[in-house]
Amino acid sequence: MKKHFGLLSQYAIGVVFGWGLIISGMSNPQKVLGFLDLTGLWDPSLMFVMLGAVMVGLGGFYVVSKRTEAFFGGALHIPSRRDITKPLIIGSLIFGAGWGIAGFCPGPVLVALGAGHLKALVFVVAMLVGMEISERFFSAHKKASS
Amino acid sequence: MQIDWFSFTPIPSLLGGMILGVAAALYVLLHGRILGISGIVSGLLHPKLTDTAWRLSLVLGLVSAPFMAALFFGIFPVVEIESDWFAIVIAGLLVGFGAHYGSGCTSGHGICGLSRLSPRSLVATLSFMGAGFLTVFVLRHLIGV
Repeated sequence: MKKHFGLLSQYAIGVVFGWGLIISGMSNPQKVLGFLDLTGLWDPSLMFVMLGAVMVGLGGFYVVSKRTEAFFGGALHIPSRRDITKPLIIGSLIFGAGWGIAGFCPGPVLVALGAGHLKALVFVVAMLVGMEISERFFSAHKKASS
Repeated sequence: MQIDWFSFTPIPSLLGGMILGVAAALYVLLHGRILGISGIVSGLLHPKLTDTAWRLSLVLGLVSAPFMAALFFGIFPVVEIESDWFAIVIAGLLVGFGAHYGSGCTSGHGICGLSRLSPRSLVATLSFMGAGFLTVFVLRHLIGV
């Protein structure tokens, strides 16, 4: 029973996060590209997305920092690494390049998939392949994810 | 720099962002984990008995969000995809590889990482934003795709 409640909570948080992406405009790749197009006609909206998310997030993570376990029980799985590594920077640069090509990142593309877009499905499959390539051939020098 | 006032949506974007923050905060408070979509998804590739169900639940929530938005609020998401199939495949590969290799994406590093003042996530966020700006500049203004 408790386990099922946990899964339901996971599902509900997924839905709410998806609603946030839809309402904020993040689930629209053209809007994302409009934000990334600094030197063209620039749409600053996504700065407000980040502002809103971090404003609320700061409070949540502050409360968590005073706790030793999750409200549903169990340990906190919060990354403790502080080292700035090459994989962190190179991976993020590559991720950003892909983000700039199509305007999709992992959350929004799943929402677009749910909205019935075939291109989102193809993107998700390619994304899984990319993750697997990283896992299989490049995971030797990075462990413990953040 | 020219602002696209026609597309600018500060209020819905701020509100949507706050909803993202609520979800991320609830996630870490209730489940004790970072709401990082790339990490949650990539964990499905090498499933362990104990974690596949919750990862799938969260992903299913995201995928069904448009349906639930239509059901509860009568809202339908705007999704305009102008990239061709080739660009979609390349972008997907880069996003998947980069997010995994760099230990996170816009949600894990961007929202959660900045919210918990992680120096690694700040560096990651500046890196992917910079690369995003540069990529769009090159594609739209130098090559003219």
